[in-house]
Order: sequence, then C-alpha cells, then structure tokens
Amino acid sequence: MTAAISVTKLVKTFGPTRALDELDLSVRTGEVHGFLGPNGAGKSTTIRVLLGLLRRDSGEVSVLGADPWRDAVSLHRRLAYVPGDVNLWPNLSGGEAIDLFGALRGGLDPGRRAELVERFELDPTKKCRAYSKGNRQKVALVAAFASDVELYVLDEPTAGLDPLMDSVFRSYVQEAREAGRTVLLSSHILGEVEALCDRISIIREGRIVESGTLGELRHLTRTTVSVRTERPVTGLDGLPGVHDVRNGDDTTRFEIEPGRFDAVLRHLAGFGVLDLTSTPPSLEELFLRFYGGDAPAEAEAK
Amino acid sequence: MSSFTGTARLARLALRRDRVQLPVWVFGLGGVLAATAASVSGAYTTDAERAAYAVTAANPAAMAFNGPVLGTDLGSITMTETFTVLAVFVALMSTMAVVRHTRQNEETGRAELVGSAIVGRHAPLTAALITVAGANAALAVLVGLLLNANGLSPAGSWGIGLALGLVGVVFAGVAAVAAQLSGTSRGANGLAAAGLGLAFLLRAVGDSLGEQAPGGVTTDSAFFSWLSPIGWGHQLKPFTETNWWVLGLLAVLAGLLVALAYALTAHRDLGAGMLPDRAGPATAPRGLLRPLGLAWRLQRGAVLGWSVAMVVLGVTFGALGEEIDEMLENNPQLAEVFRQFGTDGTPADMYFGMVLGLMAIAAAGYTVQALLRMRAEESSGVLEPLLATAVSRPRWMLGHILIATAGTVLLLVLLGSGAGLSYGLIVGDVPGQVVSLAGAALAQAPGPLALAGAVVAVIGLLPGRAVALAWGALVVCVLLGQVGLLLELPQPVLDISPFTHLPPVPAAEVAVTPILSLLAAGLLLTAAGVAAFRRRDLTM
Ligand SMILES: Nc1ncnc2c1ncn2[C@@H]1O[C@H](COP(=O)(O)OP(=O)(O)OP(=O)(O)O)[C@@H](O)[C@H]1O
Ligand SMILES: [Mg+2]
Repeated sequence: MTAAISVTKLVKTFGPTRALDELDLSVRTGEVHGFLGPNGAGKSTTIRVLLGLLRRDSGEVSVLGADPWRDAVSLHRRLAYVPGDVNLWPNLSGGEAIDLFGALRGGLDPGRRAELVERFELDPTKKCRAYSKGNRQKVALVAAFASDVELYVLDEPTAGLDPLMDSVFRSYVQEAREAGRTVLLSSHILGEVEALCDRISIIREGRIVESGTLGELRHLTRTTVSVRTERPVTGLDGLPGVHDVRNGDDTTRFEIEPGRFDAVLRHLAGFGVLDLTSTPPSLEELFLRFYGGDAPAEAEAK
Repeated sequence: MSSFTGTARLARLALRRDRVQLPVWVFGLGGVLAATAASVSGAYTTDAERAAYAVTAANPAAMAFNGPVLGTDLGSITMTETFTVLAVFVALMSTMAVVRHTRQNEETGRAELVGSAIVGRHAPLTAALITVAGANAALAVLVGLLLNANGLSPAGSWGIGLALGLVGVVFAGVAAVAAQLSGTSRGANGLAAAGLGLAFLLRAVGDSLGEQAPGGVTTDSAFFSWLSPIGWGHQLKPFTETNWWVLGLLAVLAGLLVALAYALTAHRDLGAGMLPDRAGPATAPRGLLRPLGLAWRLQRGAVLGWSVAMVVLGVTFGALGEEIDEMLENNPQLAEVFRQFGTDGTPADMYFGMVLGLMAIAAAGYTVQALLRMRAEESSGVLEPLLATAVSRPRWMLGHILIATAGTVLLLVLLGSGAGLSYGLIVGDVPGQVVSLAGAALAQAPGPLALAGAVVAVIGLLPGRAVALAWGALVVCVLLGQVGLLLELPQPVLDISPFTHLPPVPAAEVAVTPILSLLAAGLLLTAAGVAAFRRRDLTM
C-alpha cells in the first residue's frame, strides 16, 4: 500500500516553543486515519504544515507524493481542507462561500452540492455573519465533500455539530472511504474515531507516541482482570507486568500489561479459579493513558 | 444589578489593552504641538514678520486646511498652524478607540464572554467612553502645560487644550452612535470617519469663504464653519476674544451624541446592528469565483465610500478656486508672496497645486486601508482555508494590490474631475478644466503608490506590526506635509515622505524623474513584500 501522507522527523518551532518535535506520521492511501492528542499537542500545526500554510523547520513531508510547501497550488487541487475554527467572510452568503471554495479548488459537482446542502440542512442564503458555529462548519464540510478530491484533511470537523448532523457527517466519511479516498481526521470525539477510523496516530507534545489500529492500541495497554478463587491469592505483586492488586473476600482484581498473561494464569491456577473476567480498557481509559503520559512503552521500560 | 455594573472593571481592561497605543497618541500629538509652537516663536520674532504671516496665511487654500487667521500674536499663529490637523488626529484617536472597545468586542465575541459575567448592558459603552474621555483629558492637560511652558498665555494655552480634548470627546460620541448603527467595526469606523470628513469639509468651506475682519488682519469665517465642531474650536479664538461659551457648545453636542448612543443600545441585541441582515444569493455569481473577484467584493464598499468623499471634496475645493483670484485683486501684498513662491503658474494654479498635493495624502488613506485588508483577512482566519485551495499566495495578493492601485488612481481622477467641473463652471471652461485638473491630480498618484509598496512590504516582512507601521507611515507623511516646512526640518527628513518629491502640478511642470523613481520604488517594495509573504508562515 502506498502512503498518501508521509512525514519523517518533522520539526516546527514558534520562537522558543517547539510545537512539533521530530514528528513521524504515515497515512496510507484509502484509509481513514484518526489524529488524536491532548489540546496543544500539535495536531493543527501538523495539518497546517501538511497544507503548506506553515513552513517546516526541518524534516521530510510528502503529501500525495508532492512537497506541500513547494507544490502547494497543484497539490491543493487534489485535496479539501476543513479547518478547526471555520472563519468565513461575514458579508458573503453561505452558498457563495461554498461555490467560492469549490471553484478555487478546481470546481465542484452541482448535484452533489445540492444533495449535501439538503442533507446538512443548511440555509445557503444566510449571510456568513449570521451563522452559528455549527453552521459555519457545515459550510466548510459541504464545500469539502462536494469537491472530487483524493484527500480530505479534516481538523476537528464535528466539534460544533449536533448528533443528527454528526451522523450525516459520518456517512459522508464512509462514502469517501468506499470511493477509495484518503481521510485525515483530527478529533477529540472518541466514538467518532472508533466508528470511522481504520488507523490512529496519537500525538503528544509534538511527537507521535503511538500509531496503529484501535485493536493494536488496545493491545498495547493494560487489561483489568477480576478473578474469583477458592483460596485467597498471594504472591501476585511479585510477577512482572502486574499492577494495582486489590484483594477482596474471594475476589482479586489487578491490572496486567499485554503479553504477561501466561505466567499470571499459571500462578492463579494454584488457587482454584472459580471465575475469571478480563476487561479490555474502555476507549476513554485507553486515551487517558496515552494522553496522560502513562503510555505503555514507558510503562514497560520501567 | 444596575445596567452599569462592571463598568469600572471593563474600563480597567480597556486601559490595559491600550496601555501602549493611547499614550503614544497623546504624547505624539503633544510633541508635535510643542515642536510646532517652539518653531513658530522662533520664526516670527518681530511684529513685521507676524503681520506678514497673517497676510500670507489668509488665503483660501491655506485657510481650507489650517483654519482662519485669528490674530498676529504668537498664540493665534500657533492655533492657526496646528489646530485643524491636531483636531483631526484627536478625533481619529477617539473614534478608533471607542469602536475598538465596543463594536469590535462584539464582533470578535469578546463582549459575549464578558457580558455573561456580571456586567450591565450599558457597561461596555460606558467603559469605552470613560477610557477615551480620560485620554482626551490627559491630552488637554498636556497641551495646556506644554504651550504655557512655551510662553503662551495660560488662558490661551488651556483654551487650545480644552478645545482639542472636547473635540475628541465629541467624536467619541460620534463613534458611539456609529458603533450602534453598524453591525461591523469596519462599518462603524467608516461611518465615524464620514462624520469627521463632513466636519472637516464644512469648516474648510466656511474658513475659505471667510471675509477679512474690518480694519484688521483677522478673518471672520463664514457660516459653514459654525456647523462643524472643529470649526467651533477655531471660533474659541483662545488668544484674542476667548469665547469660553464655545466650549459649552462642544460639551452639549458631546452629551447629545452620547445620549443618542445609549438610547440606541436599548433598542438592539448584543452583536446586532440597527439594520437587519438581508438574505444573500444561494449560489455565487461567476465574477466572484476568482481571487480578483473576491477581492473586489470585499473592497467595493470602501471604493464607493471614498469615491463619494473625493467627488465632494473635489467639487468643493474647485468652487473655492474662484475666491483666490478675487482675494489677490484686493490684496496686492499676498499677490506678491504668491509670485515669489510661484513658478510660471497663475494664482489659481498655485491653489490647485497645493490642494491636490494635500488631498493626494488624504487619498493615500484609502490606499493604506485597502492594502491592510489583506492583513485583516489573514488575522481573522478567513485566509487559511482560502490558501488551502489552488490559489497561490502571490495571486491572492495581486487581487488586492490591483484593486488598491486602481482604486487610488480612480479616486485621484475623481478628485481632479470634481474640482475641474465646479471650477470650470465658474470660469466657463468645463472640458478644459476637467482634463487639466484630473491630469494634475493624476500626477500626484506616485505618492500614494510608493506608500502602497511600503505597506505591502511590511505585510510581508513584519505581519504582526503591519497595521501600526502602515498607519504610522501615513501619519508621518501627513505631519511632514502639514508642519514639516514650518518646523524647518532638514530636507533629508522631509524627503522621507514620497509626497515631498512631487511638484505642485498645475503650478509646476510635470516632472518625469520623481514620478518614475517613486513608481519604481513602489514596485520594488511591492515585489519584496510579495516575495516575503511567499516565504513566511501564515500569521493569525
Ligand atoms: N502561531 C503560533 N505561534 C506560537 N505558538 C503556536 C502557534 N501555533 C501553535 N502554537 C503552539 O504550538 C502548540 C501546538 O498547537 P496546535 O494548535 O497544533 O495544537 P492542537 O493539537 O491542534 O490543539 P487543540 O486540540 O487544542 O486544537 C501549542 O503549544 C501552541 O501554543
Ligand atoms: Mg487544533
């Protein structure tokens, strides 16, 4: 599979702030790639470099095979961008803004535009200054999805949408994927990420801390195990990869790192296991760990 | 909770935001005044020199820009030489500050954030007015102290100071009303500037048409000057008659305007103007779908507003051109002065050369405003998605640069044509005068266009400071044009202003060298600005 976006050792500084610190990112052609990370981690900065809006200090960046800084104009014909904070010209109508973005990107399909306006329930005759935040976002989304492009770059596109519009948005992302388009989706909404993304990259403090499918990431984090035994369990603390052991009457709970089950199960067998449940981390737990600096790579290194 | 709750907190916030800007205005204007006053007392030491000043200053062109001649004492000369230009700047300082702390806060959503805290509905406007009134009070005190220290009488010194301060407060009131009427800060600033333009023009006409007072050297302004708050300032005549009651007129007008603004706030929602938004088209017209089309759409309102202003100014100054001939017949001394000045031009040519030169600097106000639109687009965030389409950065810039350039040329042609029309009607040669004065106005175009290059250069090279630097450059040009000669500044300093290099056509021949050099400088600076913009980060 070829890479739609490939970034190696990307550095971007703003004065003393090192916003991107040797960031590596790879997005495969045809996938929906989730881009996650805490506030200020560098998601929007990365996206702006990918679009040639910011100039990189160092590192290699290739988008659809082109250098976004040098070949900005020809590259921009092949992609559509929805910014995190959609600002529009107050005295243009929403319809005018949609047509303008479409035309400047190289033309849009009028039939598809009409369908999108209807599905997103947008009134295109309103002046942009009169739109709410969510409606401004819809203008940008309609303009993006009405263009026939290879890559969609979406920076928190649903932050202002109601749940109904959110599901419309999801259906268009699915449709883009089915048509073989690539989508880079930055988001704080975990449900959306789980529903849409083939692969995920997590950024923290300007570096990618983990990258892979949701399953792979789950695999990287601790699982919570609850076990009921005939005799009280002892000696668990000493086993490698076991944390937070709490002994109850007949139930013991603990957390276990991936790849450590074998030894633990053998140890537990000696206490007469009556019942055992293993709960993978919830999405929230998963991301809190990656965001909070308690990443598995570091945990293992300890 | 009263409707004024939170005013003090908001005023402190406004002062904090303006902690650099307002002091720069106040001390800058005070400094210019002090320097001019000092050079007036140095230049006119004898009675004979002062009498000669009165004779030369009492001509329609000079009085249109400076105001009436009020007497042959140093104080009156200082007043005539400085009051009008300072009043215009004080008014600009006040209107821009009021709009910044009212309508602009609503536009950016800051007011909403503040309004949800414990803040009464009248608090933001009140805080803005208090802040601006404070700045004007500081200026009044500074002016009084500086002039008094320069040896002028206390009554006169404080009179000028108070008049300037009150003019500022009147225009704060004008801006307060404009900020309620218009839904955008751009619109509010435009309305307030139109009010200022009208005030300037009314007194320009009144002072130009003024009659020599019986038996003296002073001028009695015509009725129109009494319709303008800036005109009232002159009528205070602080060093001769000291009509203190004129200050009362200013105070009453300020009070009425502020009351009107409060009445209007009660009748609108936060964030809304007085006029409802109309619906727009559901699809874009073809013309909009190019960078140039978009730039025109964003700029056409400003072009229209400035065009109207330029035609009005041109027609007015053209109509006053007749006065100059009449004046010279009655005043052989002045005629002699004009001949000394003059090359081979007639007095009317001299008059139009001077007026068109000064109005070209005013037209540069449009040029700067139009080019800074680029910076506004960038910092408001609308440029980001635009440049993520297949529009190159130079192509986007060129759209705006083209409109600013063509707009500047159009404004000058309208100015000259307006003057040619009204003066031509008087002297019975409309086509001849229109062609000759439009051409003369056009000969001034390299001034604003060279400045345009500097503005593009700062947008490219110093985006964060571009707005302050661009307007600062224009203010320097205005001051060098208005008081530079009086201050006897060395030629290299005067040469900083591109406007210094252009001869006063039609009183002088069109000079090709300065025109070509200024255009070349403008072009080079523009190219440098575009190249720098291409190579830098987008800066919000
Ligand atoms: N123009 C700028 N000047 C200075 N610092 C900047 C600039 N743009 C971004 N930064 C800094 O770079 C870092 C990354 O910011 P960025 O906007 O990319 O974060 P983000 O991941 O998009 O966050 P969020 O989830 O809040 O949108 C932050 O520390 C931010 O303060
Ligand atoms: Mg962001």
